[in-house]
Amino acid sequence: MPTREETTRAVALLERKAATKRGTRRFVVFIVFLAVLALAYTGYKAFGEAVDDAQTEWAVVGRILPRTDDLTMPPIVDIITEFGEPPQRNSGKPLVAFIAEASLFTLREAALGFFLGMLLGLGFAIVMLRSRWLERGISPYLVASQTVPLVAIAPIIVIWGSKSMGWLPFDWQPWMSVSIIATYLTFFPIAMNGIKGFQSADPASMELMRSYAAGRRQTLIKLQFPAALPYLFTAFKLAATVSIVGAIVGEISGGVRGGLGRLILDYASRYTTGPSRLYASVIGAAVLGIIAVGLVTIVEYLVVSRRQQGRTVS
Amino acid sequence: MTGHIQGSAAGGVAASAAVEISDLSKVFNHGKPNEVHALDGIGLSIETGSFVSLIGPSGCGKSTLLRLIGALTAPTDGTVLVNGKSADQARLDRDYGMAFQTSGLFGWRTVTQNIELPLQLMGWNKLDRKNRAAEMLELIKLPEFGDHYPHELSGGMQQRVAIGRALSFQPSLLLMDEPFGALDEMTREHMQTEVLDIWKKTGKTVVFVTHSIPEAVFLSNRVIVMSPRPGRIAADIEIDLGARTFDTRESQRFFELITQVREVLRFDEDSR
Ligand SMILES: Nc1ncnc2c1ncn2[C@@H]1O[C@H](COP(=O)(O)OP(=O)(O)OP(=O)(O)O)[C@@H](O)[C@H]1O
Ligand SMILES: [Mg+2]
Repeated sequence: MPTREETTRAVALLERKAATKRGTRRFVVFIVFLAVLALAYTGYKAFGEAVDDAQTEWAVVGRILPRTDDLTMPPIVDIITEFGEPPQRNSGKPLVAFIAEASLFTLREAALGFFLGMLLGLGFAIVMLRSRWLERGISPYLVASQTVPLVAIAPIIVIWGSKSMGWLPFDWQPWMSVSIIATYLTFFPIAMNGIKGFQSADPASMELMRSYAAGRRQTLIKLQFPAALPYLFTAFKLAATVSIVGAIVGEISGGVRGGLGRLILDYASRYTTGPSRLYASVIGAAVLGIIAVGLVTIVEYLVVSRRQQGRTVS
Repeated sequence: MTGHIQGSAAGGVAASAAVEISDLSKVFNHGKPNEVHALDGIGLSIETGSFVSLIGPSGCGKSTLLRLIGALTAPTDGTVLVNGKSADQARLDRDYGMAFQTSGLFGWRTVTQNIELPLQLMGWNKLDRKNRAAEMLELIKLPEFGDHYPHELSGGMQQRVAIGRALSFQPSLLLMDEPFGALDEMTREHMQTEVLDIWKKTGKTVVFVTHSIPEAVFLSNRVIVMSPRPGRIAADIEIDLGARTFDTRESQRFFELITQVREVLRFDEDSR
């Protein structure tokens, strides 16, 4: 007879093996997906070029379809090799180094924006939880805030940030203004999913807390917050991606240099001399988004551990 | 660990009533087309330390009455006194332990953590919590399952944990609404014996809602039979079965009492 501890350990081992297997499978799927994407891109390009050159009635198709020449759609091989080449003749480092540096800069902006957005979003959710009346009063304004075009607010925020803010205990940097722009996007999904998550706590459990004469804060911490975690992590993943988008757009419309946004703007303005460069930097931005979501997923895995997955209140 | 828990008898008044209900009415959606008279003019006195069952057809207001006693909803008319206080004051004084049809355990907490929840809310320190949780695990006969999560337990085990959680802070009154409703017959009978055992050990006052006549008769000192629309008390039956043993369920008296309760329920049905 195995002891209880041995059993627990065996189960843990099995779970870990299963998790590894899941991880491997997911990685394979990801690679296959990339390959399919590359194949579709190349295939479409080949098809477009073929009909462009055709002297038959197929030429009509060529005129209707979007362009496929090397300037519009550089070959995948070119894009990949571009990462290793220096982006300018006199710059020593390869493009990938520039992209990595810019990505880190943007990631810092996005991370600060994410955390501020998390605080703000949870704050809004907790305030709205106070009463239906507050929720009805506030949520339309939150929705409205997201319909204001970011390109309009970004310069305003950057200009605010450029004023001397001596009252702060630290020097305000331009990149922090970009974080505020990212915050503007991140707080929204967190506030909306947060309130929904808090309200998802089982009514019977809410009554149970009431029977213990638990206060509002105790109920929030012990019941509503844990019940909201699945909703919150969905929101955090959304927020992670929009924080990157917000940072990139913020850099571009706020004229802040050093990050991916600026890089993309530069390469876009000199597109004709190197289309692959722009493609490469866009891929960099996508990878950055994936990394951001990946970080959230890791935290989720640590917080909502496997054992608690049967977490429905029954 | 003896697993013995002291009953905290309510008040100092001689032969005091744990629950004193007078002229209690509850109307839902008052003045609207979907108005429901759930309870009408209920008067009931529940002695401290007794085990009282509420039984009656679906919709007759059993749960509503229990929720009024537990201050989970407010009466339309009449009063509920618990240990000589208003029901809401009793709630604030943590006089209630509650267990319902669904165990309502928090899935993200282990069994021990679930039992410790009320203690944590009441500001107990870690050591006291740990000791009490161990005592409770002993009482509900799950001493080895403290570190398990609820979804790893069977329905009956979950229900026992819910009862352990309800009793952990030694409330004077235990309110149960069909706690074994979702269990199979075998587990159910087993749980009934367990609950009686716990009741004897702790001396709590228990108000127990059930659909099952044998369950009500087997468990209680007193069975309150209710009739619907509006909810009223149709009969108040003393149960004189003495100490419950393995043979109680097959005794002549047991069947007589079951018949007595059934007859009230049927007569009530026929008369409308
Ligand atoms: N929150 C509510 N709002 C409106 N009507 C309600 C509410 N709760 C209960 N009722 C009504 O009050 C009546 C009594 O309900 P209650 O739940 O107390 O019945 P019950 O005896 O517990 O029934 P069951 O045995 O099916 O659990 C029913 O007609 C029900 O529709
Ligand atoms: Mg009911």
